[in-house]
Amino acid sequence: MENSPNSFRTQPDERGHFGQFGGRYVAETLMPLILDLEKEYRAAKADPSFKEEFDDLLEHYVGRPSPLYFAPRLTEELGGAQIWFKRDELNHTGAHKINNCIGQILLAMRMGKTRIIAETGAGQHGVATATVCARFGLPCTIFMGATDVARQQPNVFRMKLLGAEVVPVTSGAATLKDAMNEALRDWVANVHDTFYIIGTAAGPHPYPELVRDFQSVIGKEAREQMLARTGRLPDLLVAAIGGGSNAIGLFHPFLDDPDVGMLGVEAAGHGLDKQHAASLAGGFPGILHGNKTYLLQDEDGQITEAHSISAGLDYPGIGPEHAWLKETGRVEYTAVTDDEALDAFQLLCRTEGIIPALEPSHAIAAIVKRAKEMPQDSVILANLCGRGDKDIFTVAEALGVEM
Amino acid sequence: MTRLASAFAKPHPALVCFITAGDGDTAANLDALVAGGADVIELGMPFTDPMADGPAIQAANLRSLGGGTKTADVLRIATDFRARHPDVPLVLMGYANPMVRRGPEWFAEACTRAGVDAVICVDLAPEEDPDLGPALREAGISLVRLATPTTDASRLPTVLEGSSGFLYYVAVAGITGKQQAAIESIESNVSRIKRSTDLPIAVGFGVRTPEQAAEIARVADGVVVGSALVEIIAEHGANAPAKLRELSAALAAAVHEARN
Ligand SMILES: Cc1ncc(COP(=O)(O)O)c(C=O)c1O
Repeated sequence: MENSPNSFRTQPDERGHFGQFGGRYVAETLMPLILDLEKEYRAAKADPSFKEEFDDLLEHYVGRPSPLYFAPRLTEELGGAQIWFKRDELNHTGAHKINNCIGQILLAMRMGKTRIIAETGAGQHGVATATVCARFGLPCTIFMGATDVARQQPNVFRMKLLGAEVVPVTSGAATLKDAMNEALRDWVANVHDTFYIIGTAAGPHPYPELVRDFQSVIGKEAREQMLARTGRLPDLLVAAIGGGSNAIGLFHPFLDDPDVGMLGVEAAGHGLDKQHAASLAGGFPGILHGNKTYLLQDEDGQITEAHSISAGLDYPGIGPEHAWLKETGRVEYTAVTDDEALDAFQLLCRTEGIIPALEPSHAIAAIVKRAKEMPQDSVILANLCGRGDKDIFTVAEALGVEM
Repeated sequence: MTRLASAFAKPHPALVCFITAGDGDTAANLDALVAGGADVIELGMPFTDPMADGPAIQAANLRSLGGGTKTADVLRIATDFRARHPDVPLVLMGYANPMVRRGPEWFAEACTRAGVDAVICVDLAPEEDPDLGPALREAGISLVRLATPTTDASRLPTVLEGSSGFLYYVAVAGITGKQQAAIESIESNVSRIKRSTDLPIAVGFGVRTPEQAAEIARVADGVVVGSALVEIIAEHGANAPAKLRELSAALAAAVHEARN
């Protein structure tokens, strides 16, 4: 492996950089707050009562640990490596997003903030944020692109039921990137009382680090469960990547296990030569939303619109730690198309009786290709990071089914 | 003396006018602002994701990009402005990604060739200075930093280190546009900052009228007006120059006479 450091688990540096990536590229108004957040996060990390409260909520409110599940019929169907799933789709609210929201709302309260904002694409992070706000009685405003509001109506209604105000964002293409811009604009104007719960392992330092830490519960549990059940570690970890939070949460606890391979799966949309959302495969390093990372952009540095059938992967950037893990060669990244994800979605429904979200369907599509090339005594562990209830309308439409 | 230093050495406070490059007939609009009495021009580099801007300047960015404006066009607008106005300082304002896309050295050299005096990069915190600062300083281009109501005494030295040309005091914690700050808060912050630096201080965000501009000019070295000008371009299109000249003349009179 090129540029191999002694450990892959010591990033970021004290300035929030993962190699050349990450950092704090924000307007000056936000800088003091971000420095304060970092200080507060260090204090929380060192405070046993913070961890105790976090763990307690994950167990009794979220429903952790999530099961580790061996998928016998999918394994048989693919005829190669054994396929195992980390079942984070069984969490309260139906995805991994809530792990991070629990951590961040505890931080918000620690900092004395009284109002919460968040951006959302598919609405999963919005629902998870609205949920923890209801649980702790804090007012909450969710920014969501108007296009996404239209295509994710059930989640919009869920957020409203949970007491959140949902603000449709009409600027740009009116999707996740624009929702994040608008959340940043709100934050700048309300720094004194507002905490911004970012939904993925991106944004200015310390967000990529703290989101990773909160989501690492996935990989920590999976590592222990796998050792307890099989006495060994997996050969390959697979996870879908939007901003990269479920993937880094699964990967990070294994990064220093040299025999564990890792595969991150981006959304290739209509194809890598057409419109897609694969920033590592089709982008270049640049600066957006507070961090330096791979971005879909033109030769002038203007950000180009992403496309994926999965609203949760429809973002032109990626968390900075993934950019670094790609450059060091520690993690391999690939991309699968909308069509491949749709096939994988149906395959899992049929073989295992599990309706996955379209996001992890991308991970499953990558497994379909990879499992066959691996011997039958090898083990693939994939993150089933969300359930598909939210996606059945999108899938029906893509399959030409009238509902 | 540099063009910027001369502008701030005039016997009166400076009027700084902002518009977005490529939104309307930029050359004609810039000429109108200079004719009206602008002492410094701030030219916005359009970006797809102007996170720190309110609706008016966001829309200007998207109109410009929608009309096909490229970085090369922005630089051409600057070059032509410099040829027509050899003495008026020109500041490029924008976001980091378009500035660093081809590398900081490329950008610094392009600025030099275009006759740009200074750069304001909204989302380049002093902590990330290496991405742009050294290349600009090497090329003799000022890097104008922003101080805000949240920049407290402990942080101010970090902001000032490596700043040059002038310091831009952002009057409100918020985005560009309509909210305006209380003059008491502006006055106390400007005098606080003055104790730490000899740089001229220009105040912007939320300044729309000659009355507001005059009030600020009594306590600061410069006053920046943006959204109000950009809205004129949105509303009047090809007829914007006459209106821009009218407003900038009224603003200039107010700013230049504020201390008399
Ligand atoms: C179920 C699910 N998986 C994955 C993602 C992508 O985000 P990330 O890459 O941060 O895990 C989302 C985002 O909305 C999601 O809802």
